[in-house]
Amino acid sequence: MKVAVAMSGGVDSSVVAGLMARAGHEVIGITLQLYDQGAATSRKGACCAGQDIYDAKRVADRLGIAHYVVDAEARFKKSVMSAFADSYAAGETPVPCIACNQHLKFGDLLEMARDFGAEAMATGHYVRRLDGPDGAEMHQAVDQNRDQSWFLFATTRAQLDFCRFPLGGYASKAEVRAVAAEMGLAVAEKADSQDICFVPNGSYAGIVEKFRPDALESGEVVAEDGRLLGSHQGIARYTIGQAKRLPDAAAHMVVKKIEPGTRRIVVGPRGTQSKTVRLRDVNWLVEPRELRAEVKLRARDTLHPAGILPEGNSAVLTLDDPALAAPGQAAVFYDGTRILGGGFII
Amino acid sequence: MLYLDANASEPLRPAARTAALVTMEADGNPSSIHAIGRNARNIMESARETVARHCFARPADVIFTSGATEGNVLAIYALGRDRPILVGATEHDSIRATAPDAIILPVRSDGTIAPETLDEALAQNPGALLCLMAANNETGVLHDIEFAAKSCATHGALLHVDAVQVIGRCNRDWLGMGASSLSLSGHKFGGPMGAGALIVRQGIEVTALTKGGGQEQGRRGGTPPLPAIAGLAAALGEVYEADKIASYRDEIEEFCINLGAIAPGGTAPRLPNTTNLALPGVRAETQLIALDMAGFAVSAGSACSSGKLAASHVLTAMGYGDLAGQAIRVSLPWNMQAESVEKFTMAYAAMVKRALRRAEHSA
Repeated sequence: MKVAVAMSGGVDSSVVAGLMARAGHEVIGITLQLYDQGAATSRKGACCAGQDIYDAKRVADRLGIAHYVVDAEARFKKSVMSAFADSYAAGETPVPCIACNQHLKFGDLLEMARDFGAEAMATGHYVRRLDGPDGAEMHQAVDQNRDQSWFLFATTRAQLDFCRFPLGGYASKAEVRAVAAEMGLAVAEKADSQDICFVPNGSYAGIVEKFRPDALESGEVVAEDGRLLGSHQGIARYTIGQAKRLPDAAAHMVVKKIEPGTRRIVVGPRGTQSKTVRLRDVNWLVEPRELRAEVKLRARDTLHPAGILPEGNSAVLTLDDPALAAPGQAAVFYDGTRILGGGFII
Repeated sequence: MLYLDANASEPLRPAARTAALVTMEADGNPSSIHAIGRNARNIMESARETVARHCFARPADVIFTSGATEGNVLAIYALGRDRPILVGATEHDSIRATAPDAIILPVRSDGTIAPETLDEALAQNPGALLCLMAANNETGVLHDIEFAAKSCATHGALLHVDAVQVIGRCNRDWLGMGASSLSLSGHKFGGPMGAGALIVRQGIEVTALTKGGGQEQGRRGGTPPLPAIAGLAAALGEVYEADKIASYRDEIEEFCINLGAIAPGGTAPRLPNTTNLALPGVRAETQLIALDMAGFAVSAGSACSSGKLAASHVLTAMGYGDLAGQAIRVSLPWNMQAESVEKFTMAYAAMVKRALRRAEHSA
């Protein structure tokens, strides 16, 4: 079988390429060039691609497979970086990795793989694709600490059908590294990638400032009854439920609401959480229907039992117990290890 | 694998291979005094004479370099000092990156520069250095060097010709036309990689960028790559069947145009071996990968060292917009076989068919 492998230059996707080649498939490695590495790190003279693309190429050489670099800079800038800043400016807390998976890896790259005749696309995500009675099902990874299913909820059923996730069955990252070492891949000991790839030092304010400087303008911090408690240095620095960076007058309180129009941040006491959560852009991996499931409202979250009512592309969650739901984050529905669908919190 | 990427590098000529191997066996440094050194020197100076003869120059005016990039850089530093620099919009990166503040001469949609554009720019910048490629590497389009040289003479300007794609294919007497210098690279006409030359008109002084041991009469320090130089000279003597190559190219181009491709630069005077084929709506990367997987080596745009394909600055300058990211370059090698034409057109047709089916599917 002709298999496209999305190769980032990290250990996980390198092992996937090796596993696919070992299984006898014709493997085509593809690395997306997402942003100008030189510009992102402000390193003069740095190659636009940086070390990761070099690593991916050397892994492909070592495995004896074809490898191509695809320019996705314009798409990444628009669908991920700019959307990330827009989301903050709208008072949300975005998840750029979901947008990248949705638009670039399982969008453009997958289309391209189909275009050149690949029969499947494999990635290094920690999630399992199992064949079920109604087609491919998405399940959490065996290694719960590595599970990335929450970031992949927007994968459509057609995309899932085309995809392979060989790492979902591994018990730990250590095992994956051992396979890389056994294959003789130089990336076996390479450090794990950090949270947001295009934010090199962990401070996303620079990105927001570049795309949406308005989201870093100061504004008022007010109580729920409208009392002025102090000021803030930009709504992009806040997320629902946050207690940090609030003025002294708002001590022991948390952010309840972010109002992009007036740039006001409304704070209140902890604990008064809502049972009803509305979702937009819902993706279903089962036939949409009213159902009960367990829901994760953040990447690292406990499961909240809830009833889910689909409404067109939207849905309404009714949580059994109130919980914190930050607009822009994802709510993903689970039945045991299986992912049933999910949507973005409004 | 069928190799149709000759503008990136021509396949090695057998005569060049033999000359390089013989030289490699001979040992010795041309700067050494002893007999082995003298032999090495003899090989190098004979090569210099061959290059000079082929380029209508004096041996003393041939400066061996590592390739055309170095030749272009050396020319800009030597000839461009204290002069405004003008460059064509479709020049190679080795020119554009060395003269980042140069005045850019726009090209017409066929890739050529309008005579009045050239004339006006030279009139407005008297005493300039104009850098112009004899042939474009992506489209094969030829610039009118004869006119440019005359115009330069009128306005007291110097002309440097990047001749890297024309040597061995359709070379002419550039210095005789009035160029001050020209650059070439051995592997672009069937020599080994690693040797090239900057050739200057008599009386043009060149100051070394690397002084080193004062080689090349103090104009380019460093021990020369003698096997590559010997191979370069040997390749220059080889026959190039330009008419035959052009007929293969035309056959391929016509076939692809009938399938919906557009050939930027196709109406201008061109190299015999080059066609640029834009396929509306299909990314160049997709075309290149599909053809590579089918066993055909072509290229697109200019690849960064990462291998990332950027949209072609050449087609962008010609006003092709989105098509600049949807074009591939097919450049036939000197040893192109008649049966390779059909093999390629079949593969191209299959690639187009798949792309169109996908386009319908997603519509």
